Amino acid sequence: MITPTINLLMALTVGGLYAVGFYLLLQRSLMRVLIGVVVLGHGTNLLLQLVGGPPARAPIVGSAPADTFADPLPQALALTAVVITFALTTFLLALSYRSFVLLGHDEVQDDLEDRRIARRGGPAAPLHQDAGPDGRTEDER
Amino acid sequence: MRVLALVVAHLALAALLPLVSARSRRGAFALAAVPPAAALLWALAHAPVALAGGVSSTVVWAPQLDLVLSFRLDALALAMVVLVSGIGALILVYCIGYFADSPEAPRNAALLLAFAGVMLGLVLADDLLTLYVFWELTSVASFLLVGQSGETRENRGAAVQALLVTVFGGLVMLLGFIMLGEAAGTYRISEIVELGRAGALGGGVVTAALMLVLVGALTKSAQLPFHPWLPAAMAAPTPVSAYLHAASMVKAGVYLVARLSPGVADRTAWWVTVIVLGLATMAVGGWRAMGATDLKRLLAFGTVSQLGFLMVLFGAGTRIAAVAGVAMLLAHGFFKAPLFLAVGIVDHATGTRDVRRLSGVGDALRGTALISAAAAASMAGLPPLLGFVGKEAALEAFLAEHSTRGALVEAGVVAGSVLTVAYSARFLWGAFARKPGVPDTPVHPPGPLLTVPAGICAVAGLVLGLVPGIVDADAQSYARAYPAGPEQYELALWHGIGPPLLLSALALVVGYGLHRARGTVGRLAGRFPAALSAQRAYEVAIGGTERLATGVTARLQAGSVPAYLTVILVVVILLPGLATLIGGTWPAQPLFHAVLQFPFAAVVLLAALALIRVRRRLTAVLLVGLIGYGVGGLFIVDGAPDLALTQFLVETLSLVAFVFVLRRLPAHFGAERPKPRTWVPRAVVAVVAGGVVSAMAVVLSGARRAPPTVSAEYVRLAPEDAGATNVVNAIIVDFRALDTVGEITVLFVAAVGVASLVLAAPPDRRRRRQRDVELPRKDAQQDEEVVTR
Repeated sequence: MITPTINLLMALTVGGLYAVGFYLLLQRSLMRVLIGVVVLGHGTNLLLQLVGGPPARAPIVGSAPADTFADPLPQALALTAVVITFALTTFLLALSYRSFVLLGHDEVQDDLEDRRIARRGGPAAPLHQDAGPDGRTEDER
Repeated sequence: MRVLALVVAHLALAALLPLVSARSRRGAFALAAVPPAAALLWALAHAPVALAGGVSSTVVWAPQLDLVLSFRLDALALAMVVLVSGIGALILVYCIGYFADSPEAPRNAALLLAFAGVMLGLVLADDLLTLYVFWELTSVASFLLVGQSGETRENRGAAVQALLVTVFGGLVMLLGFIMLGEAAGTYRISEIVELGRAGALGGGVVTAALMLVLVGALTKSAQLPFHPWLPAAMAAPTPVSAYLHAASMVKAGVYLVARLSPGVADRTAWWVTVIVLGLATMAVGGWRAMGATDLKRLLAFGTVSQLGFLMVLFGAGTRIAAVAGVAMLLAHGFFKAPLFLAVGIVDHATGTRDVRRLSGVGDALRGTALISAAAAASMAGLPPLLGFVGKEAALEAFLAEHSTRGALVEAGVVAGSVLTVAYSARFLWGAFARKPGVPDTPVHPPGPLLTVPAGICAVAGLVLGLVPGIVDADAQSYARAYPAGPEQYELALWHGIGPPLLLSALALVVGYGLHRARGTVGRLAGRFPAALSAQRAYEVAIGGTERLATGVTARLQAGSVPAYLTVILVVVILLPGLATLIGGTWPAQPLFHAVLQFPFAAVVLLAALALIRVRRRLTAVLLVGLIGYGVGGLFIVDGAPDLALTQFLVETLSLVAFVFVLRRLPAHFGAERPKPRTWVPRAVVAVVAGGVVSAMAVVLSGARRAPPTVSAEYVRLAPEDAGATNVVNAIIVDFRALDTVGEITVLFVAAVGVASLVLAAPPDRRRRRQRDVELPRKDAQQDEEVVTR
């Protein structure tokens, strides 16, 4: 078998899918994030299949000589990946639906505690005050 | 084996003690005194073997990792066992009276006994890692005992400070232990010391390791600049202070220095560090003791000072200094423990430890005053007590060096002795004297359980002073590990009138004079410059660490998922991306392999680009479907019909599922169009990351060198073994059927999750409707607050 490489067109397609997927993943709307995950899934499945080699004959014994077959193993792996992506998609879909039902919107929210710490930045009064050592000198005792 | 059994017996009984405490608190302490007493008897019974060179025992723990628990009883360990177990047993007896009414008694009984066990393990350990484990366990015990129930801020602060300082030192020491053990090729302490004596331990690594080990020793023994934790730890009950912070635990650092010194004391880095810091600690501790008004703090600073003295003796690396070191080590235990116990008695009897409020107590507590006088006299170095014998030896040790180093250290030791005499006198005066203008303090007489243990300690100091041969035998056995000096030295009460005796007398006179001028000295000592205070440095370091942690958390943990993802993507771009571009080779490759790839690629890319700007949810979902079908088409071009078929089926099912959910959601995406400040950086990161993935795909797929033999086997075997002509099919349902089972499991789990999420919705919706009616305003406000765009 020849050393397989991905051609430029397919590399561009995979890269485009990943770029769009990443961009959607960075959004606030949960539905957009979910669509981003699906697009990333498409890109990944395509990539899995492409690393098997350039286009060739379907690996069905008897339909062609064995040395013209496409590599069957990446196909099998990609097939599994397609199904798992589907499972993940529906689960995330149910989650975002649930989020909408409970909260009335489907936005990715910031963690409140983290925001509070971020607002404090450098606390004016150090946190250790409570557990801090006894700073009194002997004269004060 | 027997050592480990002894240690385990301590711990096991400690675990059972709460059961006894529930019936009788006094009984619990009485029982707790038994294991230390047994350990002392065991050690004394083995004294002849120990002095003849030592007896070892090893328990193999994990031989594959070379982990063993090895123990060794030799002269130095014997001296430490006398302190740890002997004084420990006496203090536990004292506790019977001291904690009789305290609600903390059950906790303290168990913890003190557990501490006695781990401390015993520490002083008998002959393996660096064994020693480390026990070392840290004593720190934990100290934390729990100083903290008590944690009800007062003083206890909490002191406990945390003691833990932070000693565990910090312990961790640094562990690093040193590992470096030392790896450099020496063994973790056995006795073997390392032997290697050092033979001159086989060379190199900068060993020196660096020893410096790290010293950090542990200096923190544990409260040496400059780590000392403030010890006076702060006086927040603990007095028996705890007497045991942990005078007689045993704080000596662990000194002990470690004494343990390693025979092999390493000839290194300049070692002895200069130990002696300089030791002398400085001796002076600072003594000076601060002069300004203390709380009797316990006075004694604590005294302990700091004496620990510095012991460091100097053991760090010096000469035979006489080593003899003096062992004598002072024992003497300190026998005079400092009864002094603490006496403070406990005074505190119990009068309700105060303040020298400005105590007056005329000596008349009321004659026995306690007598015991304290004997102990303080030993501390000040008065004959015929053990403290005098030890100090004579120490003064002789540095004179006998006949060198500049010896002269300088001698001057430092004499200065320290002057301060020791002064604060010894100050202690006796503060606790027992009748002061003009202060009314006599009312006194409730103490029981014999309090006075007798203190008395035994003080009498031991007297007896060992009168019969110096006992300590001498032990000290000489230890000192034999050091190179022999020109002259022999034996511990004795009378060495004739010589420079050491004269210097002793000088220290006594000047020290007493210093005490007479206590008004001025106390004021000066009390006015310690805050800028130089090590306590202040500790507080600044802790406060600074917390501020730094908050600042770092505030910046790194922003709480925003998009921000985190951006960080992850940037890391992907920077590390694997740059590695691919720099390290990978770009394979020669065609623009395309099949013409049919063009239309499908065009569909996929155009649909993806449109997805970014689309506002309607349904359009977005349809575009995703379009991408899916396009990818399926590419699969067909590639010669993967099964894959394409699956892709089409899954895509259709996904569309159906999306549409089901979309029925309930608003038609448009909720968020208004983000500002360019937000979306431009995101788009840049996403595009660059996509480019990196694409480059990686090309470079990595071109890196393949060998033909896929596994696939060829599958093709060959599919008709024969699986009876299938479709190879992909054969792989999925036959060759890799377990994978497929896993895949189906994932599907089912997801289905269960989806079902429970979707079916659980109706009751929640009902509740929500109710809540909306009741609290519409508040809810809306919360939502506004929660979403930060």
